[in-house]
Amino acid sequence: MLQLDGVSKVYRVGAFGGTGLTAVRDVSFTVRAGEVVSLIGESGSGKSTIGKMILRLIGVTSGSITFDGTDIARLDGDSLRAYYRSVQGVFQDPFSSYNPVFKVDHIFDLLRGTYFRDAGDADWRRKVEESLESVMLDPAQILHKYPHQLSGGQLQRLLVARALLLDTRFLVADEIISMLDASTRIDVLNLLGDLKGRGLGILFITHDLSLGNYISEKTVILSRGRIVEMGATGRVYGNPLHPYTRALMGSVPQLHRKWSEVEADLAAKGANVAGRCIYHAQHGTDGGPVAPDGVATGLVEAEADHFVGCFRPYLEGAC
Amino acid sequence: MTLQVTDLRVYYRTLAGDVRALDGVTFDLADGEIMGLAGESGCGKSTLGNSLVRIDGRMKYVAGTVRLDGLELPIADMDRMDEFRFKDISIIPQYAMSALNPTRKIGRMVADLLESRGVRFGEMRTELERRLLLVGLTEAVLDRYPIELSGGMKQRMVMVLSTLLNPSLLIADEITSALDVTSQRAVAETLVEFRARGFVKGMIVITHDVSILYQVADTLTIMYAGKLAEKAPTSVIMQKALHPYTDLLISSLPEVGVRFDERRLSGIPGTPPSLLNPPPGCRFRDRCPLAFEKCAEEPPFVEVAPDHSVACWKVA
Amino acid sequence: MSHQTPTDRGVPPGGSPVTALTGAVAPHEAPVPRTAPGRLPSETVGRRREILYFALHGRKVLVSVAILLVLLVIAVVGPILRPGDPNAFVGPLGAPPSADYWFGTTTFGQDVFAQFASGLTATFLVGLTGGGLAALIGMTVGFVAGYRGGVLDEILNMITNVVLVIPTLALLLVVTAYLSARGLFVEAIFIGLTSWPWAARAIRAQTFSLKTREFVDLARMSGASSLRVIFREIAPNMSSYLFLTFILLFGGSILIAASLDFIGLGPTDGTSLGLMMYNAVAWSALQLGMWWWFIPPGLGITAIVGALYVMNVGLDEIFNPRLREA
Ligand SMILES: Nc1ncnc2c1ncn2[C@@H]1O[C@H](COP(=O)(O)OP(=O)(O)OP(=O)(O)O)[C@@H](O)[C@H]1O
Ligand SMILES: Nc1ncnc2c1ncn2[C@@H]1O[C@H](COP(=O)(O)OP(=O)(O)OP(=O)(O)O)[C@@H](O)[C@H]1O
Ligand code: SF4
Ligand SMILES: [Mg+2]
Ligand SMILES: [Mg+2]
Repeated sequence: MLQLDGVSKVYRVGAFGGTGLTAVRDVSFTVRAGEVVSLIGESGSGKSTIGKMILRLIGVTSGSITFDGTDIARLDGDSLRAYYRSVQGVFQDPFSSYNPVFKVDHIFDLLRGTYFRDAGDADWRRKVEESLESVMLDPAQILHKYPHQLSGGQLQRLLVARALLLDTRFLVADEIISMLDASTRIDVLNLLGDLKGRGLGILFITHDLSLGNYISEKTVILSRGRIVEMGATGRVYGNPLHPYTRALMGSVPQLHRKWSEVEADLAAKGANVAGRCIYHAQHGTDGGPVAPDGVATGLVEAEADHFVGCFRPYLEGAC
Repeated sequence: MTLQVTDLRVYYRTLAGDVRALDGVTFDLADGEIMGLAGESGCGKSTLGNSLVRIDGRMKYVAGTVRLDGLELPIADMDRMDEFRFKDISIIPQYAMSALNPTRKIGRMVADLLESRGVRFGEMRTELERRLLLVGLTEAVLDRYPIELSGGMKQRMVMVLSTLLNPSLLIADEITSALDVTSQRAVAETLVEFRARGFVKGMIVITHDVSILYQVADTLTIMYAGKLAEKAPTSVIMQKALHPYTDLLISSLPEVGVRFDERRLSGIPGTPPSLLNPPPGCRFRDRCPLAFEKCAEEPPFVEVAPDHSVACWKVA
Repeated sequence: MSHQTPTDRGVPPGGSPVTALTGAVAPHEAPVPRTAPGRLPSETVGRRREILYFALHGRKVLVSVAILLVLLVIAVVGPILRPGDPNAFVGPLGAPPSADYWFGTTTFGQDVFAQFASGLTATFLVGLTGGGLAALIGMTVGFVAGYRGGVLDEILNMITNVVLVIPTLALLLVVTAYLSARGLFVEAIFIGLTSWPWAARAIRAQTFSLKTREFVDLARMSGASSLRVIFREIAPNMSSYLFLTFILLFGGSILIAASLDFIGLGPTDGTSLGLMMYNAVAWSALQLGMWWWFIPPGLGITAIVGALYVMNVGLDEIFNPRLREA
């Protein structure tokens, strides 16, 4: 359904855009219908940049993104509007997603102006109310309020409801639950799970691994703009190979295990691969394309449906 | 006993009336205790933290006493609190990280802060550098602007700064929530380290992320709608929580390993009551699966076992 | 200019580090009660009606509107009460205010009130035309540069800087040399064409920061065009800011016109408050103690500019739904 092929993004920074900052480097993965792919990485690793490129809010520097076989870079005008009918996004900060001078209804009115020009008032109201109910919100309590009168969780669900008004088939969910408290969090996560059941493809961006594990079929671990490990969620979580993934796993605060226990456990599990770069072991020392900083950009299949990249710079001398 | 809070009530004044964000809170914090404070967004966690340090114009002190190291704090009096703030009791406010003045170098900011408290920067400099090293920062950060530091670095900087004068009590309000897991861990471990080194005696760590508290806190206090629901040692809360709210809260947390397709977790249905005119009786009544007639009366916050207090009729 | 738009949530402007750490900084996200007490009866009323409701209940706005209205009424009614050329020599020479001549007369026997009334009209017109033109250019340049960015931004930025450093007065001296008869509108347009750069810059900066808000992305994902995003999403967030800009440009034009008039570069015919001041000073009204000659125009200018400013502050509270509930 959605496919990224060698996608890179270089931001122009500094005076007169003189220098380039490579936020995403040579990223490729696919998301199928009815599948949740979680994109995990620390702050600044380029997660949102990927999400925004998929949503055509910023352009790609090189590589291509295709949706149902069409390169999205070529869309404009009507075809872009058609694209947004199927591909939508929900962002990290629910408060900043609403224009503070308008009531929350505004986000629906915007859609109506583009996609539902002929809908009658009564029809429209019913449609909006239905979509609110599908995300477990009571229209009477929510509509005609200003954004600051609602909680983060309510706003966030409202944004999902907005995406559902269209014939959305693919959703980019960028850290949509990090601002929510535990109980609302799980409601929103379950909502995503139900959507997946209805055949939506979802890119779930997060830095919280336990949430990623709860909901996703496939996991992509991103570090400094590059994919370091990727594969079926069970594989990546059950047998993390890359030193970065392990560090990440070791840092997740867990409910019944202390950090020190988790770390010991990881060390025991990883004893067999310790100190050895799997990529270069499989690929030979000079295999594959290499980025300017000396790190190979490719991935190798370490086991079925489980890919891993070069260990540098996390483990120098391993390859 | 580091801190004793008795029946503290602090409201917000609004046009429509008082928002009872803190409505009768009683608890003790032992020497060396790290107390985690958790609860849904809007339940009054920040209000509790702020009240111990600074009750400003929008807030209204209604009742209650706060004793720190046996001495009663004049919490209702902004000016008299001045001599305690930062020296004896320090707070890292929610969003402190983004409130750092972007146009001042960190070093300048530290100097200003110390001087405003009548301490010479020069005298503290060696100690400051020592502590910066301890949290993995070098003195070079003093020459940088806040935007040049990552979130985790800023947060550790703020922690060093707010404990520089070895206060008895540190209140840390949501210091990990804006960070990614790696920085969260570094920051949380710094808290424990500071206690071990005696930089602070007691701490109140506010967050709605219970799994972080499990890692660092000795005791957990759960708040609901302006009141305390339960306070107990961390392991007790995790395994044998007595208050129905605590129970639901804990079971709504996803753990590593739990998957949607296999075991669907559930949130807590309903929403917390308005604090403007909170209903009488137990404030959790509308959402509580165990509610019965007696719950129309307000349950007292009582000790049901050593170090374990609960406000619930089903338990008491 | 340290002005906060209603959307400036986040970092408190002067948030000093000292206060941040001692807990003096209020948690600036939390303050709004989630249950939103004190909602005025507006749930069913439209936003426009709501603004009106608050406008009518805001003292600042009421007072400033009242002042402007009074002056406007004088400007309209004055010429009816005192028909004919306001510069005609009609009365006694240098008489203080009296029942016949409310504001007294000049050294030459001109009716100060008649001059004042028609001067007010001229002043309003200069402010409206000059300020309006400058606002139009400033907003267009600011919005386009801020929203589009890139090369277009750099070009517009260059033009802005060029206009900013042109010595206005020198230019005017040159223009004056070529135009023997200068009307009010020539003056106003000249002011409009030269006074927009700071507005463009300020609006560009605001647009730049608002553009990164996620609601702009959301509008784009709703299929909204750039024009729509600028006018329906970004501009409303700056409405009070734009209004302040307009007010400052309006007031600025009035002040520039007055000072041009005052040094003798004003219109060659007609009256204006600035010209009145020019004449009063030129004919030593100060030394002669003829306060009625210079106080009305001076006060008039001050009142207009001051009222506009107070109005803005008042409106800011109304436009900003967050301030409203506090
Ligand atoms: N518009 C921009 N111009 C220049 N650099 C940018 C821009 N947007 C992002 N970056 C940089 O690109 C990198 C990746 O940013 P991105 O927002 O994609 O990270 P992220 O993984 O989403 O992080 P977070 O978890 O903090 O949201 C960062 O180093 C960031 O500073
Ligand atoms: N200045 C204020 N005026 C009126 N009500 C307020 C104000 N500040 C906070 N409140 C209300 O008081 C209650 C408690 O707020 P508080 O900030 O203490 O919550 P919290 O538990 O820290 O929430 P969060 O997890 O979102 O930080 C909330 O219902 C909030 O809406
Ligand atoms: S007092 Fe009653 S309503 Fe409240 S928590 Fe206990 S059982 Fe539930
Ligand atoms: Mg991001
Ligand atoms: Mg808080």
